[in-house]
Amino acid sequence: MAAAIKNPGWWRGLFGAVAFGAFGFGLVIALRAISDLPLYQTEQTGYPHVIVPAITAPLGFLWGFGCFDYWLRWAAGLPTIPDDHSQHGAKSWKDYFKFNTDHKVIGVQYVVTTFIFFFLGGLMAMLIRAELAQPGTQIVEAATYNSLFSTHAVLMIFVFVIPVFAGLANYVLPLMIGAPDMAFPRLNALSFWMLPLAGILFIGSFLAPGGAFDAGWTGYAPLSTGAPLGQSFFNLGVQFAGASSIATALNFLVTIITMRAPGMTFWRMPLLVWANLSTSLLVVAATPFIAGVQFMVLFDRALHTNFFDFGAGGDVISYQHIFWFYSHPAVYIMMLPGFGIVSEVISTHARKPIFGYRLMALALIGIVVLSYSVWAHHMFVAGMFSWLRVPMMITTLLIAVPTGIKIFSWLGTLYFGKIHTYSTAMLFALAFIVTFTIGGISGVMLGMVPIDIHVSDTYFIVAHIHFVLFGGSVFTIFAGVYHWFPKMTGRMYDEKLGRVHFWGTLVGTWGTFIPMHWVGMDGMPRRVADYAEQFGNWNLMISAFAFLLGAVQLVFVYNMVVSWRFGPKAGANPWRANSIEWQVSSPPPIFNSTEIPRVVGGPYEFGIPGAKHAIMAGEGTEGAEVPAGEKSVVGTSP
Amino acid sequence: MYGRLPIVKMLLVTIALTVVISAVMVPINWNGQGASTAAPKIDHLLNVMIVLSSFVFSLVMVMLFYALWKFKAKPGDESDGEPIHGNTRLEIAWTLIPTVIVLFAGGYSWKVLDDIEDPVKDHLTGSVFSQQYAWSFAYPGKDYVWSEGELHVPVNRQIQFKMHAMDVIHSFWVPEWRIKKDNVPGITTTAIVTPDKVGTYQLVCTELCGFGHATMRAKVVVESPSKFKEWVDGLEQKLPEPYMDVLKEESVTNPPALGAGGA
Ligand code: HEM
Ligand SMILES: [Cu+2]
Ligand SMILES: [Cu+2]
Repeated sequence: MAAAIKNPGWWRGLFGAVAFGAFGFGLVIALRAISDLPLYQTEQTGYPHVIVPAITAPLGFLWGFGCFDYWLRWAAGLPTIPDDHSQHGAKSWKDYFKFNTDHKVIGVQYVVTTFIFFFLGGLMAMLIRAELAQPGTQIVEAATYNSLFSTHAVLMIFVFVIPVFAGLANYVLPLMIGAPDMAFPRLNALSFWMLPLAGILFIGSFLAPGGAFDAGWTGYAPLSTGAPLGQSFFNLGVQFAGASSIATALNFLVTIITMRAPGMTFWRMPLLVWANLSTSLLVVAATPFIAGVQFMVLFDRALHTNFFDFGAGGDVISYQHIFWFYSHPAVYIMMLPGFGIVSEVISTHARKPIFGYRLMALALIGIVVLSYSVWAHHMFVAGMFSWLRVPMMITTLLIAVPTGIKIFSWLGTLYFGKIHTYSTAMLFALAFIVTFTIGGISGVMLGMVPIDIHVSDTYFIVAHIHFVLFGGSVFTIFAGVYHWFPKMTGRMYDEKLGRVHFWGTLVGTWGTFIPMHWVGMDGMPRRVADYAEQFGNWNLMISAFAFLLGAVQLVFVYNMVVSWRFGPKAGANPWRANSIEWQVSSPPPIFNSTEIPRVVGGPYEFGIPGAKHAIMAGEGTEGAEVPAGEKSVVGTSP
Repeated sequence: MYGRLPIVKMLLVTIALTVVISAVMVPINWNGQGASTAAPKIDHLLNVMIVLSSFVFSLVMVMLFYALWKFKAKPGDESDGEPIHGNTRLEIAWTLIPTVIVLFAGGYSWKVLDDIEDPVKDHLTGSVFSQQYAWSFAYPGKDYVWSEGELHVPVNRQIQFKMHAMDVIHSFWVPEWRIKKDNVPGITTTAIVTPDKVGTYQLVCTELCGFGHATMRAKVVVESPSKFKEWVDGLEQKLPEPYMDVLKEESVTNPPALGAGGA
């Protein structure tokens, strides 16, 4: 036991959580005692004796778990314990429950953890749809309903979509650029372990007096500044999720900029790498804004600052400006990595180079730049300065241009290719094009102020978000998971079950979210537990499709779990892809390859005889004559 | 070099599909009944967008399904496609054409926005107060008279609502008017409408404001000017003190409506 407490791990983590939590609690009580205040402050926005431990306990866990050990020893001048790489790789499932700095282990940890949150958020969606199946109250009160859709959205956004992409990229990106690991492996592990803490804070808020946070995922002030304790858990959870995101983004930036294999120029990077470069640029610059604004809400609540207190000179609308200055870029944080995945999948399965590769990369950068200048399109009816609506409308509409470039270039990639649709990944990628086009079209409509004035805050919005988030992001996540499943696990999944999952998800998504457009335009507001009789039939149908959509996800889980354990062995390169991650074994060796590969051409040189993207170690020696085919690659590469 | 594509046929199919989708979708009255001068303008804008969007959607569908039909690999075919890396002219085209389309959409929207928010001299002013979870309204005149849960307005006359939230943000929406505006505590927001159909409608709160959000509704009655006058004259309650205080602070932080020049 004593040894268990001394060594980093779960026991010391538990000890750290309890000890730091107790310290935070004691500090609050002691300070209140010497200030002659009542020891427990239980106004609903208060509870300092809960909030402070909710900050210190997670930090204590991270300390105990060993996330800071190396740095602390180094900072204290103690001899650091060099990583003995024996802990790299995962030899049994138990290894995934340890502090591990191997990017491949972290990648799997990320993906599995975030999918657990996806299913919890999905369960809440099922409860939401059960409540909405008929007008009137079915299963939950209005107040509980508000908590349900708020936590549903927060789990989906902050601990599923955003981090699952970071997880997939964590696994494949270093492989793709021929790097042995991420630039900062310890920071990488810390980023991961902050994530479950964020999820626990979000879900834990259900235990708070007054219930889970219920001001929507947007948490607008002053509803949020006056809301029960659960809201503070949201404010804090966002800090952990945000810090995790920022650290990972920095890690990706440094990895991509400094650790590419020799020969991999920027114009030879796979588009997935470009996509994560762009996403990381968004994350590092935008995420501090949501972290800041949630602190401002927390301070208004707990410390009686007046950022958003209109009675004391606060400015209510400024919350929305700061919030959306993050949250609009965030929608691209949730989409650009998916664009990258789709590019890889489509090029590989169409056996064709990406059409207009450079324009595809530039379009990503264009989206990054533009997405900082459109935030107020979420505020067309918010009562902000009226003239701001027009420039924001124009920039919003313009962002459709780079997005359109991507759609048309994927389509162009298919032409004169040899399209294979045997892989579920390709099915999801193709369906993504169609579904995302619908989401893009409704997005353009929302960008037009007069239309938005009518449909803002109605079910039309709910339809739009799900077309871009489910039909967009989640479809690409499924494509990515199916595509790299053989690489990550060394085994094949079952394509038949994959097809069942695909068709069920496609029909479910359209059946659930298309009619939401109609009821929204016709007058049904969003975020309501009850609605007018006239919308009853549509909602019943929506709920039926939603249950189908939910149920068919179980097929996915079954397929993944069983195939991981019992699936047939996959070769190194089942899709006959070009990029480097497929040139190493499945799963790849520790540190990815015995020698750093040498990149000699673009990543998508299908159809060029003898063309190569990279020369792996052992395939011809350093400095050898470049084979004839490759010279033409250099000549013809875009 | 790589064989030709039936571009003309594909375009024709795209246009045919656009026509079919538009013919089905345009006649449907998506936004429900309209009852203000803004409604037909917004609905018309929506219809224009439906046609443009049908075209874009049809184009994507035709391009996708033609490719899937024509370039699908035969079973067992392990060869690669043609090594085409792009086509500069095509890439310029699908950058420029969408730019033109969205700029057109933006310009047109701007015009509609100016139109529906164009203030006229001879307008009426009303005050809206929202509070968890009820609406109330004040009518200028001799003194501010006040009604709770029921708003009356005369038909065919522009009315400018000055809106005030007393606690958290609420949003004022009458679907038939197509007009929505948040009521924000601490500032006064403005909405401009010209109701043009006599009838009874519902005012819906569309900004999450707490557990009573779903039921925060009010009755809206649009009636002839004479009936409206009668109704206002019959109101006995005066605007209560706290509301009066908010009203006095109006215009200090009031964001002007577009084109209203600081009104
Ligand atoms: C089975 C699939 C899903 C169903 C049936 C579903 C259903 C719903 C419904 C009915 C609402 C509206 C609640 C209301 O306004 O009263 C909602 C809100 C929302 N959902 Fe989902 N959802 C699903 C999956 C997802 C996914 C995968 C994401 C994101 C990745 C997501 C993100 C959101 C967001 C951001 C909101 C807005 C919440 C708010 O108003 O604060 N949903 N969902
Ligand atoms: Cu946005
Ligand atoms: Cu309300």
